[in-house]
Amino acid sequence: MATTGTIVLGTPRDHGSEKRPTTGHPVLTGSQIVCRALEDEGVDTVFGYPGGAVIPLYDALPGAGFHHVLVRFEQWAALAAEGYARATGKPGVCLVTSGPGATNLVTGLADAMLDSVPMVAITGQVIQPLIGRDAFQEVDITGITLPVTKHNYLVNRIEDLAPTFKEAFHLATTGRPGPVLIDIPKTLFMQKHEYAYPESVHRRGYQPTSVPNMRQVRLAAEAISKARKPLFMAGHGILLSGATDLFRDLVLKTGIPVVNTLLGLGTFPESHPLGLGLMGMHGHKHVNDALDECDLLVNIGARFDDRATGQVSGFAPNAFVVHIDIDPAEIGKNVHTDVPVVADAGEVLKLLLSEVQQDRHDDWMAWIDSRRDRALDEALEERPAWPEPYTIIKAMAEVTRGEAIVTTDVGQHQMWAAQHFGFNHPDRWITSGGLGTMGFGLPSAVGAKIGRPDLEVWAIIGDGGFQMSSNELATAVQENLDINIAVINNGYLGMVRQWQDLFHAKNYSEVKIGAPNFEKLAEAYGITGITVRSDAEIRPAIERARAIRGPVLIDFVIEPEANVWPIVPPGAANSGMLHQQRFEG
Amino acid sequence: MKTRHMLSVLVEDHPGVLNRVVSLLRRRSFNIDSITVGHSEQPGVSRMTIVVIGRDEEVEQVGKQLYKLMEVLKVTDVTPLNCVAHELALIKVAAKSQTRSEILQIAQIYDARVVDASPTTLLIEATGPESQVDGLLNMLKAFGIRELVRTGPVAMMRGSTTVGVKESIRPERELAVAGNGATLHAN
Repeated sequence: MATTGTIVLGTPRDHGSEKRPTTGHPVLTGSQIVCRALEDEGVDTVFGYPGGAVIPLYDALPGAGFHHVLVRFEQWAALAAEGYARATGKPGVCLVTSGPGATNLVTGLADAMLDSVPMVAITGQVIQPLIGRDAFQEVDITGITLPVTKHNYLVNRIEDLAPTFKEAFHLATTGRPGPVLIDIPKTLFMQKHEYAYPESVHRRGYQPTSVPNMRQVRLAAEAISKARKPLFMAGHGILLSGATDLFRDLVLKTGIPVVNTLLGLGTFPESHPLGLGLMGMHGHKHVNDALDECDLLVNIGARFDDRATGQVSGFAPNAFVVHIDIDPAEIGKNVHTDVPVVADAGEVLKLLLSEVQQDRHDDWMAWIDSRRDRALDEALEERPAWPEPYTIIKAMAEVTRGEAIVTTDVGQHQMWAAQHFGFNHPDRWITSGGLGTMGFGLPSAVGAKIGRPDLEVWAIIGDGGFQMSSNELATAVQENLDINIAVINNGYLGMVRQWQDLFHAKNYSEVKIGAPNFEKLAEAYGITGITVRSDAEIRPAIERARAIRGPVLIDFVIEPEANVWPIVPPGAANSGMLHQQRFEG
Repeated sequence: MKTRHMLSVLVEDHPGVLNRVVSLLRRRSFNIDSITVGHSEQPGVSRMTIVVIGRDEEVEQVGKQLYKLMEVLKVTDVTPLNCVAHELALIKVAAKSQTRSEILQIAQIYDARVVDASPTTLLIEATGPESQVDGLLNMLKAFGIRELVRTGPVAMMRGSTTVGVKESIRPERELAVAGNGATLHAN
């Protein structure tokens, strides 16, 4: 890590504090130490919201070497940091005050924890003499966030401040990544100490395994050579490891088709015949059929989440299971594993690539292809009156040539996007997978665009989720971000309505949701709003939005009771998935 | 089948470490039968003995989850190992002049000793395997137990074997060879 001595911190009046004692290290305030540590970590963006406990820290921000993005709600700071991290591969950083500022982060931390997103969250804490006395805006945020962080700290001494940042970034970004929280009492921001950023971290209790046991790799290679109906199950771990090139080489060499978890989309191009796409609850029919039929399943960097597996006893019932994961606790947690390989995905793929033989699986591919559900394509040829969600997603993919970063909220629109966008590149699909956080789409788009200004960004959001985080439009405007927001508007909390439709005898309890006129709402924020009510308007609206600089909102008014097909009913095995024809005649 | 497992856990002696361990066990729905914490032979390292009830694979999963805590250095399921597992109990038992000598005899059988007395009670200190303490309590029940505190067991392997922290543990090797995740090191 670069330890630069030239960056001037803080506001001009703070320059005097940078005295140089005999050690040669500058003496800085706690606030300046935080800023300098972030600079030394190469942080270019911090998503935050000021408040009482962090006022001294904000005092030092104007001179700092990174950009602060003022969000409109602390939770969006965490989710924007996630969007940034997912788009760039770098840790996302968020900064909020004590008490409610800190508690508002909790959902974002849990989201990052479940999706293994590297994040460093900084919270202010009340002054040290008041800790434990129920002071104004005091909460025990380290206690509260214990189960939703990879690790957390309450810093008690100014001399621990810089080493804590070094360790926090190390923990957040190595092994299985995750969120790390640093809680800093206000008193520390105002104390002074010599600043020397540590070069390295050593913790006896933290030694993540990166290189696999060769014996296990050979067992995996042997299984691959013997299998007649093999499948790769590609998860987020491949992206986190930066190993998509190696994975592509392995797939092409072995000729083994790829199924994706929700977060594993983009690990292998879906435009390639071997890229089969989404598995699980709303997975493609041929994908779930292939899982049912396969004799070998090689899971790389996925955790056998219940939405991917369905009922585990019926999951891939004929398969010999190889599970490659950097986290040993995932081995055997949900699904029995025959060959565990504990290591970084990239390291395993590198070794595996030299152990496997060139191969093809034509019969197996033909079998899978024969299981494709062609009904949807046929249905769409009729060109329905409503803007059909599948058509919207497909048009978006075509117009952007599949190059855009897509963020989503949670629910029907998310599944439509996951099924039909066709992801061909890594790190372009940013969605809340594990936690399923409504409101995720817009703030994560803000973070993604700031992290990757060179890429087009589309936020696909439902009308319910958009009403949770629409206030973040103000941030997009303030930062003048060129993002496009597609609200898939059915006037319902659609996924809940769909479950009520299918599993609760159409008892539509509290799912009809009113909304403001989104086009006018966009205009109120000073941005362009477009309303789409017919199939013919879809493409022109997408093209118009792309042509306009700055945020644009498109309100796609879709059929109120459109469902996501297919669906594996809750508690059922993937083989028990329901299809549109069977249900609607 | 759910059985009792005794875990020896070496942890860095940092503030909040007990909270982290207990919170993790609660979150994974584990019932703690007993837990003891104290210093180990290494400065800065505490040793916990945690007794939990669960199926073997559940306990293995708990071991792996414990390893994800930064402060946890070593987790050993000592249940199947040849170890000494002793606890300490303080028992305040009702004692009249007529019953006192009988209680003293019982205490003697169980290697327990009287550490305090009053005109109406005896305070007995017992150490040993849990079954031995159970036996003593069973015998004293009839006299009336006024107050009881048990520490839960602490355990240590017999012979020269130790559960000390090895440097650079290779998890998948142990997993592949022994199939025993209870000694897995993970992050």
